[in-house]
Amino acid sequence: MPDIIGWLSDPINWSGDQGIPARLIEHLQICLLAVGAATAIGLPVGLYVGHTGRHAGLAINLANIGRAVPSYALMVGILPIALTLAPTIGYDPDLGLTFLPLFLAMTLLAIPPILVATYAGLREVDRDLIEAGRGMGLTERQILGRLEVPLAVPVIIGGFRTSTLQVIATATIGAILSFGGLGRFIVDGLANRDDAMLFGGAVLVTVLALLVDGVLAVVQHVLTPRALRGKPAPRRPSDDDEDRIDPAMFGVRTADVST
Amino acid sequence: MGDQPLVDFAWIMDHLDDIALRLVQHVQLTIIPVFLGFVISLFLAIWAVRQPRVYGPIVAISGILYTIPSIAAFAFLIPIFGLTLITAVIPLTTYTLLILVRNNASGFAAVPADVLEAAEGMGYTRWERMRRIELPLAVPLMVAGIRLAVVTTIGLATVAAILGDSFGGLGQFITEGLQTFFPTKIYLGAVLSVALAFLADFLIIRVERRLTPWATARAGRV
Repeated sequence: MPDIIGWLSDPINWSGDQGIPARLIEHLQICLLAVGAATAIGLPVGLYVGHTGRHAGLAINLANIGRAVPSYALMVGILPIALTLAPTIGYDPDLGLTFLPLFLAMTLLAIPPILVATYAGLREVDRDLIEAGRGMGLTERQILGRLEVPLAVPVIIGGFRTSTLQVIATATIGAILSFGGLGRFIVDGLANRDDAMLFGGAVLVTVLALLVDGVLAVVQHVLTPRALRGKPAPRRPSDDDEDRIDPAMFGVRTADVST
Repeated sequence: MGDQPLVDFAWIMDHLDDIALRLVQHVQLTIIPVFLGFVISLFLAIWAVRQPRVYGPIVAISGILYTIPSIAAFAFLIPIFGLTLITAVIPLTTYTLLILVRNNASGFAAVPADVLEAAEGMGYTRWERMRRIELPLAVPLMVAGIRLAVVTTIGLATVAAILGDSFGGLGQFITEGLQTFFPTKIYLGAVLSVALAFLADFLIIRVERRLTPWATARAGRV
């Protein structure tokens, strides 16, 4: 068994621009940027198709195509194009040549869960409620903002959690392309047969993913309207698990089956 | 990467044998994990239906397994199983669990309570009810899970190429293309894995229609 604890507690590994804090910041930066960009795209599109029902098939199919594109293939595939275009578009090599491919690949990875969950969350809102809202004279915007979004919040954040988790885990592959981040320890450890570094890096990424997911679970709980917390489960399998209805994991099917 | 074209079609035509081999390997890297994952998660879901208490912990554990990055998981297993297919298959299997357990359990949960009571009233035993009522009615959500698991696994399997070329699949093209700066290989691997994902998705939908003929009556819904 390699000395993971020794590696993790060695002060040398906690300083400098190749130390754990620096790699952690690189990792968090790319994840934050990618999930941010994906939210900026996926959330409005999901709200639009979820509220209007228009172009839903197209949006969901595009999202599913996004799911089918392997991140590894995508980032490696963007690299030659980025290299070719870099001088033309004035792409700053200081950012690291691999930043752009990784950022684009991670954004594309993060969009589908957010988009599909937003769509499915809105679609699951009871149609009678929306009709009642219309009858009370709410505008479409008010229906979206006051009825649909609050009721769909747990599901939307569920999609956001899935995206974030996938990006944190997958961004490690960026190290194969010479990007930094926590994956650096894994790839270098693998290449140099430095098992302590390899396992240490793996532990760091896993802990980071679990921590972030835990924080998001709390956010999800806090943002869920009180009336929806501990909502009675549809018979089975459990009463206390809010994750159970996370349509992001089902593709579009939930909306279909639950009607 | 300089002056060479992004895609060298002559090279592709010269290497159709390689391509066929990598495709077969990739299908193998996908089918084994999804099959194992489905069997495991079916048992877990049935267990969760009988004992609702265990559902939370099962999902939590699958969630933790899901957060382990694939290269990290490979790294953990290399000292035990070496650079073998087993090392590749174990993480790919555990990644399918989260998707499949949730969908299988939701599939069972989606069976209406009055249908279950009707089955009891007709004198079905627990096993008969599971086999003849609950399993068939859970098929649509199960298949939705399998579709997602297959598509995800086809993508993740590209990373397995770092383990070795005797079973590397399409990711082998991507990795070799990266190492030798030969974009043709990169795009070949990328395009073929996406194409494989679509083909698999399409085939599964066809199989599902066969398995649930009663659902075809409601066809036309998106």
